[in-house]
Amino acid sequence: MRPAQLALLLALLAGFTLIQIGPLFSLFSKAFLDADGSFAGLQNYADYFGSPSLSVSVRNTVDISFVTTLCSVLLGFAYAYALTRTNMRGKAFFRYTALIPIFLPTVVHALGLVYMFGKQGILTGLGVETELYGRFGIILSEIIYTFPQAFLMFVVALEVADGRLYEAADSMGVSAAGKFFGITLPDIRYTVVNVFFVCFTLAFTDFGAPKVLGGGYNVLATDIYKQIAGQFNMNMGAVVGTLLLLPAVLSFIAGRAVSSRNASTVNAKATRLVIRECAWRDAVFFVFCALVSACFLFLIAVLFMGALTEYYPYNMALTLRHFSFNASTGGIGSYFNSLWMSLLTAVFGTAFAFVYAYMMEKTDGFAALRRYGKLLAALPLALPGMVVGVSFIFFFNARSNPLHFIYGTVVILVLSNILHYFAVPFITATGSLKKLDREFESVSDSMRVSRLRLFLRVSAPLSLTAVLEIFMYYFVNSMVTVSAVVFLYGAKFKVASIAITHMEEAGDISQAAAMSLLILFINVAVRGAYALAAKCTERKIL
Amino acid sequence: MSYLEVRNITKRFDRQTVLANVSADIEKGELVCVLGPSGCGKTTLLRIVAGLETADGGSVYINGRDCTSLSPGKRNFGIVFQSYALFPNMTVAGNILFGLRHKGKLGREEMRARVDEVLRMVDLSEHRNKYPRQLSGGQQQRAALARAIAPAPSYLLLDEPLSALDAKVRVRLRGEIRAIQRALGITTIMVTHDQEEALTMADKIIVMNNATVEQAGTPREVYDRPATPFVANFIGAMNFYPANEVVCAIRPERIEISNAPGSCNVAADIKGFEFKGAMTRIYGILPGQTEICVDISSDRADEIGLCERARLYLRIPEEHLIKYPPPAARVM
Repeated sequence: MRPAQLALLLALLAGFTLIQIGPLFSLFSKAFLDADGSFAGLQNYADYFGSPSLSVSVRNTVDISFVTTLCSVLLGFAYAYALTRTNMRGKAFFRYTALIPIFLPTVVHALGLVYMFGKQGILTGLGVETELYGRFGIILSEIIYTFPQAFLMFVVALEVADGRLYEAADSMGVSAAGKFFGITLPDIRYTVVNVFFVCFTLAFTDFGAPKVLGGGYNVLATDIYKQIAGQFNMNMGAVVGTLLLLPAVLSFIAGRAVSSRNASTVNAKATRLVIRECAWRDAVFFVFCALVSACFLFLIAVLFMGALTEYYPYNMALTLRHFSFNASTGGIGSYFNSLWMSLLTAVFGTAFAFVYAYMMEKTDGFAALRRYGKLLAALPLALPGMVVGVSFIFFFNARSNPLHFIYGTVVILVLSNILHYFAVPFITATGSLKKLDREFESVSDSMRVSRLRLFLRVSAPLSLTAVLEIFMYYFVNSMVTVSAVVFLYGAKFKVASIAITHMEEAGDISQAAAMSLLILFINVAVRGAYALAAKCTERKIL
Repeated sequence: MSYLEVRNITKRFDRQTVLANVSADIEKGELVCVLGPSGCGKTTLLRIVAGLETADGGSVYINGRDCTSLSPGKRNFGIVFQSYALFPNMTVAGNILFGLRHKGKLGREEMRARVDEVLRMVDLSEHRNKYPRQLSGGQQQRAALARAIAPAPSYLLLDEPLSALDAKVRVRLRGEIRAIQRALGITTIMVTHDQEEALTMADKIIVMNNATVEQAGTPREVYDRPATPFVANFIGAMNFYPANEVVCAIRPERIEISNAPGSCNVAADIKGFEFKGAMTRIYGILPGQTEICVDISSDRADEIGLCERARLYLRIPEEHLIKYPPPAARVM
């Protein structure tokens, strides 16, 4: 490894250690200290579990996460199965509608439910009686939140299949159920485990839905917010923060354990799976997908209705007045703040993630350093947004920290987003770089082409699709994130997703709906632009 | 002193030794094939000569200069990989230019002239503006060769350059690569596991097995006088049988055959035979249950009229008999 490469590697690792390990260290030290800063051992934990009002949230959180996960895994699998293993019509349409929730903050999923099932909700008006506020509402909202994640992971797993296995089974006269349980399910068993953990962790740590729909039903994510933003009890907040880490850490360990055995049975010799004609199967799955899609489209529809009518449900005259936002809850400025933050996150996050992945994948030597780097890159998978947010406060808000000045500015928000969403971009970049010929580096060395020039002229252009995908991913997620930024936004720099919660709290739910639509528009536009650009570059390169 | 010298190279990956004290001499202008089964260390040897891998011990001399710790960029070689490693986002001409830009000193016109020249050499002039994906496998291979020779390197390294190609294209390209190498007079090391490729192309063959060199010599030398049973068996076919405390080896095509005893005085029973086109291979059993195979022309086979379990008489010419000490044979 040359000195320049080593210097870059060290700089990347140092930077990443600073924004990841530093804050985590602060979090854990706070959890084991008392308010005066002296060592408290497990006293904070004893206090937490000793107080019935607090420890009940642990039970509540596990409860809603479990139910949510069960529903999302089943729904997500069926939906993905319909798109990959049947001949039903409208697959492209269903694929996009399933992604709708991704483009909205979780508070907006909850807001949509308020429009449907709330006291003045459309469905309530039609006689549907529900107890929206509390367990039921939160679970419903979390299913909306986790469904697209489950669906996406299942699609990836189900898309690849070795047609030869199914043909062999056919030749032996195996029934459809036999093939499903003997070939299909075993092939995706690791994905099932992964999806389970991912959904559980997302529901376990989500802040948006319980914030809007929680009522008196306490969960960990709202507890930590109350402890820190309400009561300034930093040590108790840190305790809850470490509890929030638990499922993700467990899944992280489980993931590492199975990933070594997760050698796919599908290899280069696999033949494409030909899907059999079966009219009734296609019809059943079509109806199912249509119902799920209708729910998501209905969610968007009620937002439009709320945003565009004078005073729902009393005055249904059309108006655009809700798009002129009250300055007190954030105003249109919060929207521009969000755009600015997301753009910065996308630009710097993409550059960081891609260069980082390149250094891990395409350099050699200093194996120990790169092993450490890979571990650092995998850790964010286990970091919920709430934990990122809380640990960032502890770390950067400390008077002794020379980086204290970034507190309350856009910089800390961008850093927290880059860290919070790092895992997926890193995997995307690594996957794309792995596809490049391993000998490009050798050839350019023999021709005395510098590695930098090779990176700029060959590796980066060939990975353009991945770069665009990372950019899109960072942008969209930064637009909708609530959990990390709720602790970190400054009074002068409120972002749109936070503004929506404040509008909802203040009773301006029409404005909240209007703001949600603005977020939806920009995210759909960015996603569309990505799809277009990806198509163009694919055509150019392949 | 040879142009390129490899002295006592040792290389270990984790606990596995891939090169154990390997030495080799390559003369200027020679095409040397490093031949061996997969995993014998031949590609690692090539990468060490290139500087893409560092040896744990030993040294590499190029033109009398110790280059063991020299970075690849300072060694001035061209390399062609099995995968070609052509940059897919550049045209054929672009790929060649990408390496030339860094030669320095070359003007725009000179670079263009050089690209034209190498493209003519590999017969790709009309494909200069195509992207790699628009070329056939053989054309991609030639484009990679053009890219490697364009900067006028002092030696050329070919890592299984023909393995990814169809049999027909492979045979044609053998001749083309050899012709270009001769025309340029460029010292070349080619790694291959294909013995026929090595025999037809090389000035010298270095046979490797289990991280060591078994034999180095001209194609005729390694074929006619294989130094070890491994070499004998790896290149061409070979019969082994024990006799008088040594192991005798004889090529199947050297054995003479007859219907009746006479000058052919070893009796053998036919176990089976294979028609292979111009040749026919007979599998026989000698007294004492030793198996033996004999290659004869198919015309001769018709004359004799082969049938299974029939008795034949063989003559094993003493001058073509190779003898190995028995322990070596047991390694087989």
